[in-house]
Amino acid sequence: MTLLGKLDWSSIPFDQPIIMGTVGSVIVVIVSVLSWVTLKGYLPYLWREWITSVDHKRIGVMYIALALVMLLRGFADGIMMRTQQAVAAGGAQGYLPPEHFDQIFSAHGTIMIFFVAMPLVIGLMNFAVPLQLGVRDVAFPTMNSISFWLTASGVLLTNVSLAVGEFAKTGWFAYPPLSELQFSPGVGVDYYLWSLQISGIGTLLSGVNFVTTILKMRAPGMSYMRMPVFCWTALASNLLIVAAFPVLTALFAMLLLDRYLGFHFFTVDAGGNAMMYVNLFWVWGHPEVYILVLPAFGIFSEVTATFSGKSLFGYRSMVLATMAICVLSYTVWLHHFFTMGASASVNAFFGITSMIIGVPTGVKVFNWLFTMYGGRVRFTVPVLWTIGFMVSFVFGGLTGVLLALPAVDWQVHNSVFLVAHFHHVIIPGVLFGCMAGYNYWFPKAFGFRLDERWGKAAFWCWFLGFHLAFMPLYMTGLMGMPRRLQHYDVLSWQPWLLVAEVGALVILTGIICQIVQIVVSIRHREQLRDTTGDPWNGRTLEWSTASPPPAWNFAVLPRVDELDAFWAHKQRVLAKQELPVRQHAYQPIEVPKNSPVGFVTAFFAVVSGFALIWHIWWMAGFGVLGAAVTLLAFMFRTKDEVEIPADEVGLFDRAHPVEVSP
Amino acid sequence: MRNGLLALFLIGTSMLGGCTEGVLDPKGPIAFAERQILINATGIMLAIVIPVVVATLGVAFWFRASNERARYRPDFVYSGRLEMLVWSIPLMTVLLTGTVAWIGAYDLDPPKPIASSTKSIKIQAISLDWKWLFIYPELGVASVNHLTIPVGTPVSFELTSSGVMNSFFVPQLAGQIYTMAGMVTRLNLRADYAETYRGLSANFSGEGFADMHFNVDVMPPERFAQWIASTRSVGPALDSKTYADLARPSTAVTPFTFQSVAPNLFDSIRTSSMQSDDALCRSYSTSMRAEK
Repeated sequence: MTLLGKLDWSSIPFDQPIIMGTVGSVIVVIVSVLSWVTLKGYLPYLWREWITSVDHKRIGVMYIALALVMLLRGFADGIMMRTQQAVAAGGAQGYLPPEHFDQIFSAHGTIMIFFVAMPLVIGLMNFAVPLQLGVRDVAFPTMNSISFWLTASGVLLTNVSLAVGEFAKTGWFAYPPLSELQFSPGVGVDYYLWSLQISGIGTLLSGVNFVTTILKMRAPGMSYMRMPVFCWTALASNLLIVAAFPVLTALFAMLLLDRYLGFHFFTVDAGGNAMMYVNLFWVWGHPEVYILVLPAFGIFSEVTATFSGKSLFGYRSMVLATMAICVLSYTVWLHHFFTMGASASVNAFFGITSMIIGVPTGVKVFNWLFTMYGGRVRFTVPVLWTIGFMVSFVFGGLTGVLLALPAVDWQVHNSVFLVAHFHHVIIPGVLFGCMAGYNYWFPKAFGFRLDERWGKAAFWCWFLGFHLAFMPLYMTGLMGMPRRLQHYDVLSWQPWLLVAEVGALVILTGIICQIVQIVVSIRHREQLRDTTGDPWNGRTLEWSTASPPPAWNFAVLPRVDELDAFWAHKQRVLAKQELPVRQHAYQPIEVPKNSPVGFVTAFFAVVSGFALIWHIWWMAGFGVLGAAVTLLAFMFRTKDEVEIPADEVGLFDRAHPVEVSP
Repeated sequence: MRNGLLALFLIGTSMLGGCTEGVLDPKGPIAFAERQILINATGIMLAIVIPVVVATLGVAFWFRASNERARYRPDFVYSGRLEMLVWSIPLMTVLLTGTVAWIGAYDLDPPKPIASSTKSIKIQAISLDWKWLFIYPELGVASVNHLTIPVGTPVSFELTSSGVMNSFFVPQLAGQIYTMAGMVTRLNLRADYAETYRGLSANFSGEGFADMHFNVDVMPPERFAQWIASTRSVGPALDSKTYADLARPSTAVTPFTFQSVAPNLFDSIRTSSMQSDDALCRSYSTSMRAEK
């Protein structure tokens, strides 16, 4: 028992040139960014306006920025795997030894699901939901900040594992007994567990926050059936978060007890049962798929309606389909392990329930199609992502139904066919959706549009690259290639894997285009400026306020009498039945006061997480105590709101009139 | 254009035909039936999916904002009949594929014995770190990383694991099944052609996973009998001691055979009571795995 637990100099992999090179360059980048920020004197601004901000729009932007940075990390892992498999054929071992390769695919999965897809989706909900609901913030603004910073803590811990110690070598779902102490004695699984426990608390709090916001805080007159579809999908997604994430937390707590205190929940001996872990993992894991994809469906709905110049076709059907998916997603988890020897009746039951989810999903596809029918479709960047999604996703759904057939699943489960399938739903579904949302709401967030040409180039690279990278995997999967192979001796797989490698490089080009898109857009921001607040001729309330919106979102809370309220208002203005700007008697507005509590709590969470991973017990105690004291201190605050005087509200509102153009 | 498509189709099919192994080239009744389900279900769904993709692209293109011939119908936002259609098309598809799923799950249930006039043989498979042990309990021999079976004879597997999960999989003969410590899973298959097939572990099990594959030699019954006879005459005996040695982690083990097998070895590997105090199953400690 030493002062630093298991931690010593041998924990840092100095002998690994790839890791050390990466760590070195990351440190250089972080240090230079930090010193640039400090020297330019931006630190107080960052602290005041972003780090301590409890404004849902700022928090949303930070979530998305975090996700985009982690997308680079997750993609780097992905392209390293593709490169390894492109070369490690026959007798060749490639450039990654098993212990490194195994960490890379585990990190890739963990990061892409928890630290790219989740923050992207939660970030977009944070930004757009309160604006669409026509309210001033989420229900619990400071808790929102805590959620974000806890997610960032998980991200930090996962990335620290690159430099200090190791990451899990078990795959992203860490099945025991492999993830038990007996078979994974290193700190890798502990990094995995504590990162996800900490960020999981953040996610759960987010879920509570959004369910409350959507159920209890809507603009006057906005009944449920007048809510924008994105808010419906956000509600479904957050209901799933609230119900599913506690399962994951409890599950990881049990595995932690096994690993730290010698319990036997999932061990090989003493009555442990690993299948219980597998069940519980997917009781969380399958709803998680819908937590991610439902908001993306919402974005596609908003984009299709807006850029077709029509209301969404079959709004009630869409709402029904969304809520049906929300419920059904809990009835299918066993399809992740048809190959574990359940009885024929159980397999058949879960096979059929899995297919039934395809029904509401199919309905959505048809309704998007009919939304475009009779519309005036403008092929902007968000629309390209949407159509790209529609034509790819149906094939991803097709292979999904194949996997739901137990007899087919036995043949392709655990193969790269499965890998191709879930990338085929998650990339076109979730990622394309978030990219559509990012391009769609960017002008609202920053007051200028993103460059179209680079955006289109990025889309085409992603679209082509995705198909080049994953279609070959269906083939090699059918040829019997299992996932997670560090090397292989079947030479007939190699040509396909080389094509997949080319696909990964095309995706890389797409990512470079996206980086260029941001840089170009910032440089040309004056030409791309959105002065109206309504750059796309939008339909929902977020377009009825300035871009970027003020801290209080709306000078006067909008009155909602129908679906697509803002669109209807614009139509009446054009028909001269209503005045463009209502004459307001402005009132002072109270907005929540900034608070460093999220950042400070997260700091202590990182401290205790790191200490628990390395068995530094005193430090773990210090971290937990620090977080508790921070939260207690916050509870005794005397002032939690700031008043914006009516003059200031009026001044801003008159300076940003909403213009209605035909 | 048409010639180009034809050429593409021919290249595609020749590449598919070129696969000498895998799910698309089954060599036994189970794998054959599973491929048939795969093809049928794909066909059913393509009949829906391809028109949807074509319609999506067609509608998006025709209703582009610059097309003045397209009629703008902003009020086309609800149609009861279309809603009906929209819900029933996927529902019908699911009814069809659901029936396929139900029948397939029962007919091809892995523990279900294959009806045959030939007497089946029993094989016990154990996944170890990182190799496969196959015990022939009725014949009293065992082999490592190599499976030999007679052609046209149903083979009935009982499977378990010494520790972590693996998945036993011979793509050309049958679907996979997990091996899990303390539990027994079952799988039945039959090979109808005397060839050599590739078998593997499909579920990631740690550092030596990539080398956990093996050849399945399918031979005529008389040659199988010869193989049994010659196996009985050479090689070590498999008992609790040699098993403990074998169970130590090792990678890419060259196939070899055991001339005899201690009775009930499989059961003793499976039962957890044994694992807690006997040296047999808890044959190595944490530190040994960490040693690599």
